[in-house]
Parts: sequence; structure tokens; C-alpha cells
Amino acid sequence: MSTFELSAQPREQTMMRETEAVAAVAAGAAGTFAIEATDVNIFYGQFRAVKDVSLQIQKNKITALIGPSGCGKSTMLRAFNRMNDLVSTARIAGEVLFHGRNLYAREVDPVEVRRKIGMVFQKPNPFPKSIYENVLWGAKINGFKGKADDLVEQSLRQAALWDEVKDKLKQSGLSLSGGQQQRLCIARTIATRPEIILMDEPCSALDPIATLKIEDLMRELVEKYTIIIVTHNMQQAARVSDYTAFFNMEQDRAGYLVEYDDTKKIFTNPKDQRTEDYVTGRFG
Amino acid sequence: MNAIETQMDFRQKPDPAGDFEYDLNARKRNASVWQIIFLAATVICVVLLMTLLIKIVNDAFGYVAMQNKIQPAELVEKYAPDAAPGTTLPELPQEALTAIFKDNVSAGLYRRYDREKKVEERTQAEVLALVEERVVEPKIVATWGLLDSIFNRGAIEAQVAEIPNGTLEFRSWVNANLLTNPQSPNPESAGVRTAILGSLLMILITILVAFPIGVGAAIYLEEYAKDNRLNRLIQTNINNLAGVPSIIYGMLGLAVFVRVLEPITSGVAFGLTGGGETSQNGRTILSAALTLALLVLPVIIINSQEAIRAVPRSLRQASFGLGATRWQTVWSHVLPNAMPGILTGTILAVSRAIGETAPLVVIGASTFITVDPNGPFSKFTALPVQIYQWASRPQAEFRNLAAAAIVVLLVMLLTLNAAAIIMRNRYSQRRVA
Repeated sequence: MSTFELSAQPREQTMMRETEAVAAVAAGAAGTFAIEATDVNIFYGQFRAVKDVSLQIQKNKITALIGPSGCGKSTMLRAFNRMNDLVSTARIAGEVLFHGRNLYAREVDPVEVRRKIGMVFQKPNPFPKSIYENVLWGAKINGFKGKADDLVEQSLRQAALWDEVKDKLKQSGLSLSGGQQQRLCIARTIATRPEIILMDEPCSALDPIATLKIEDLMRELVEKYTIIIVTHNMQQAARVSDYTAFFNMEQDRAGYLVEYDDTKKIFTNPKDQRTEDYVTGRFG
Repeated sequence: MNAIETQMDFRQKPDPAGDFEYDLNARKRNASVWQIIFLAATVICVVLLMTLLIKIVNDAFGYVAMQNKIQPAELVEKYAPDAAPGTTLPELPQEALTAIFKDNVSAGLYRRYDREKKVEERTQAEVLALVEERVVEPKIVATWGLLDSIFNRGAIEAQVAEIPNGTLEFRSWVNANLLTNPQSPNPESAGVRTAILGSLLMILITILVAFPIGVGAAIYLEEYAKDNRLNRLIQTNINNLAGVPSIIYGMLGLAVFVRVLEPITSGVAFGLTGGGETSQNGRTILSAALTLALLVLPVIIINSQEAIRAVPRSLRQASFGLGATRWQTVWSHVLPNAMPGILTGTILAVSRAIGETAPLVVIGASTFITVDPNGPFSKFTALPVQIYQWASRPQAEFRNLAAAAIVVLLVMLLTLNAAAIIMRNRYSQRRVA
């Protein structure tokens, strides 16, 4: 089904993506991946949630992580900005390289990591503050000294929300609709000037129209940021992402990476039988 | 009609496999029995509460029979013979009142008052008060409750008619005098001013001590403490402490604050010499307030923990996701969102502390004190202690006074609670808006 959708896309776009991918892979060889995970294993107590995952994320591209429920893709996403640290039982082995430094090295402060690698969550979670404060707060606590009004406007414009909220910046962020709240959360993340934005099923709580808006927004944002998105919606992955990583798990429920390639290849011509079964809807 | 029939059909249709028994009536009967039991429980609560309130109000208002040593009319006649008939004592000039006072009290008593302040130099109102207190000397000879006063008025009047010089007046024991007078052995002039001031000052210090410590401990336990054996032990202990009888806290306060920390709680360490009217040992407002703070601390901690735990995880994640430190997250998001819950818990805990009697008695609240507390190092009494003390006196009038003081205590409690709740609601509204 998703195969059909993908082939319905304009020919030029897929073509272009392919050439870009080649260029990106070449750039990656020169060591310019946005972020790079090597042999990552993540444990919750005794339970291994992620098994031996190595993943290189291309700069200024959207990478989608897909797979059945509980296969560790969200856990993997959280490993990219050390959000797993907040779970007291979580433990990680392996390396995540960002600008040539291992994020899990002893001297690295997770607080600094999370400013550079922002996150948008499954359920829109604006602070119970005004829209203005919502955008500004993250920047402020990170020592933002510039002009607050400009930052708020710029971030909201980038999140394609400015026109809808410019007259009610003092209103509570919770007064917005679900889709607007999610874009507010994106604006809030942008305001801290991250390099990478992680999105954990950002549209699963939204209606189809709001979902489309977020997807359009992602395509715009990717010019400036690297985006990694976890999604259950395979059409979404096919529509929006440049690269797709398919995760799966076996009886031990430890998630592992099955296949990671250009999105078009994953959805039209996957190398692995399991990937094909999944993307064609035979399981998961 | 048709619909009902269909329903009946549906209900009576036997289950093909026979696994279900459609006895809806039995289930409904069962439900209504429970409903009646719960209703009965509620009714019992309401009845008990009403009984309590009626009892208090009954004692706090009602007729009293007064007996004067000398009737004011006789005094007026004797000392102001020229005055128009019907002139009352308060209308007499200062000189006449002074004369009445001088002639009708013993020389010794007069000299005592004169030494305090020349009687001639006192104002008319001051001398009038002296005359009424010392010469007319109205005494309460009998009191009746509100219900008696309303329903047995005739019998009461007949009874009073037999008392020489007796007059009957309706009296609200809750009155301005009660609020403004200090404690006195004379029920006519006894008041709760000292006790109210003592209670307020004490509760203020209790809040100032218990609130920051309690909330701080709750933040630590919820946000920072690792889940290890030691912290679980601490948590269990705090939970158990919330159920410890208050008198045990009184013993603790006596041992620690009154005895061991006496130099601090008596103010000696801060250069107060003691020996004065209000400060001489560790039995001070400060000791009492610290003891009450200990008493309410576990409750505040537990309630604050609940409130902090109730802050959605998504909010914390959002904050951390933006690169906030733990403290920034706690200060900007967790605390503001938990604050209404924390305040509710604190209000409940402090309400309990205001009414506490046992630990204060153990610590050594003064049962009879006429001097207002002038700071944390004063000796003191508190409203519940005052009530306890009055209620245990043999004279009937003090029972009425105790009832009136209970009314005052309840009103004070409700006022403080209402103020706190309004403040809390304002706060949470401001946050959501």
C-alpha cells in the first residue's frame, strides 16, 4: 500500500533524493555525520531494550525510525540526547558520537547535550504559561541574552505558527489546538538553536490536517536542522523522510536494527524480507 | 408498551448455554442496600456534627441572672439626690463617681488604685468602670443555655424573681469583651486576647519553620533522592511519623526544645536576660511553635510529595528536553504546578496544629497568664489550652466561656483556612489563565 503512495510521488523528487543520498554518504565518509551511534546497547535494569545498534544520521536530512511497538526505536531516539538518563534504571553501552565527541563520555553534561539536540514529544506538552514564555523559557534558562521579542517571533515564524498566534502571545499555550500546541513545542525547541531535533511520534495525537501541517513544517525545517523522527505511521515515514531505519525484535524483545537505507529503497525494494513484510503491512 | 414488552422478552430469554443468570433485580437490591448503608453513614456524620454545633451554640448564648451588691439606683439616689428621676450611673459626673468609689471600697483598695493613677485625675469613663467593677460588683448567680432561654423563659423569670437584687439579661458569651480582655479569674471580665495572640504568633512561627523544611524535604525525596535502601527507610519513617500521637511530640518538644535547647528557646543566647514578665525559661512560644512544626512536618512532606508526584511527567521531559538543569525544572515547572496541592496539604496540617492541645500542655503552656506575648520568647497560652482550662473549672460560667472560646477558635480556624484557600485558588487561576 505504501509502495503505491511512494511511486505516486513526483519522479523528480525521488530522483533528487537519490542523488542527495549519494552525496550525503560521501560526506559521511569524510566524518561529517550529524550524529553517529556505534554498537549501542540500552538496558532497563536487567532487560535489554536495544541490541547492538549502529546508525549514522545524515546532516540536514530527515531520518525516520520505524518498527513494531516495543522494538526500542523510541529508546534509541532518546539515546541521542541522553533523555534515558532520566530513567534511573536505564544504562547504555556503546558510543554516540556528536561532533566527534562521545555523548556518554564522563565529562559530557547531559544538560548541554539536550540544548544542542532538542526533542519534540508524542503528546504536545506546552508549559502552562503564555505562548510567549513557552518559546522564550528554554532559551532564557540557557543564558539567552539577545532580544527576546525577536527570538520569539523568529522561532514562531520558523514553526509556521506566527500568523496564528501573533495577536495572542500572552494567552496560555494550553489554549491552542493540539496541532498548534505541537508546533509551539517545535518553536520552543527551535528557540534554543539546536542542531538536531528529535521527534518522538510527533503526530500520533493529532488529526490528519494538523499532521500534514507538521510534516510540511518538517520539510522546511530540515534545511536548517537535522531531524530524526520515530513514527508508527508508515505513510508518514514514506512521505516525509529521506532515510528510514527499520527496527525489529525477536522473542527476547530486544530491539535491533534490521535495515537502514534511503527511504525509497526501504519502501520499494528492501533488502531484508522482514522489512518488506513490515512495510507492506504483513505484521506489526 | 411495545418497547417494554421487547425488553421483558429480552430479559426473560434464557441464555442458550446457561452460563448467565439474568437476575437484575437481585443486583439492584444489592446495590440499594449498599446505597442505604452509605447514606446512613453520611446521616450519622451530619447528626453528630450538628449535635456538636448545637451544644456549643447552646452554651455560648443564653440568659444569665445577675446580682448586684448595691443597686446602681440606690447609689444614684444617695450621691446625686438632685438628679432627675431615671438618671443612671453612667450619666453621673466624674466627681460623683469618685465620691461613690471612695466611700464604698476599703481604704486599702482605694490607696492601691490611687497609687496606680490618682483617682481624681481619671476620666469619667475610667472611674465608672471602677465603680461598676468594685462597688456595684455584678455577680453571675445562674446561667442558662440558649435552648432553655428560648423555651423555658417563664420558669427562668420566676426563678430570678426570687433572687434579691437579681436581674435577668440575655448574654452572648461571644462578645467584644471576650476578644479584647486578657484572662481573668472573674468570668465577668475573662477574655481570650492573650490566647488568640499566643495562638497566632505560634502558628505563624510554625508555618515559617515547617513549610520551607517540609517542601524542601519533599523536593529532595521526590526529585533528587535515589531509590536506595536508606531513602526507602527515611520514607517509611516519615509516613509512620505522620501517625504518631501528638502528645509524643509534646514529650519530644519538652526534652529537646524546652530542656536541651533552653538557652536558645528562652532567648538567653540572644542576649535576653530573662527574669522579666514574659521570658524566663524554655517554655516559650518558640518551643511550642517548633514542636508543632515537628508535628505537622510529616504531613506537609507527604502531601507535598503527592503534589509533586502529580505533576505530569511530560512537563518535566519538556523542560529537560530544552536543556534545563534539574533545579531549573523543579523551580520553574514542578513547584509552580505542585503549589496548589502543596498549599492544600499545608492548610490541612496547620489547621490541625492550631487545634492541638496535648503537646502544648506537655511543653508547659501557661494555664493562667494575663500578659500579652511580645515575641517568640514569651511565655504563652493558646486558645485550645485556654478552652481546656476553662472547661475543667467547676463554675458553670466558665463552661459558657469555654463554649464561647470554642466559637472563637472555630471562627479563627475557618477564617485562616478560607484566606489560605482563596490565596491558593488565586494562585492556581493565575497559572492556568
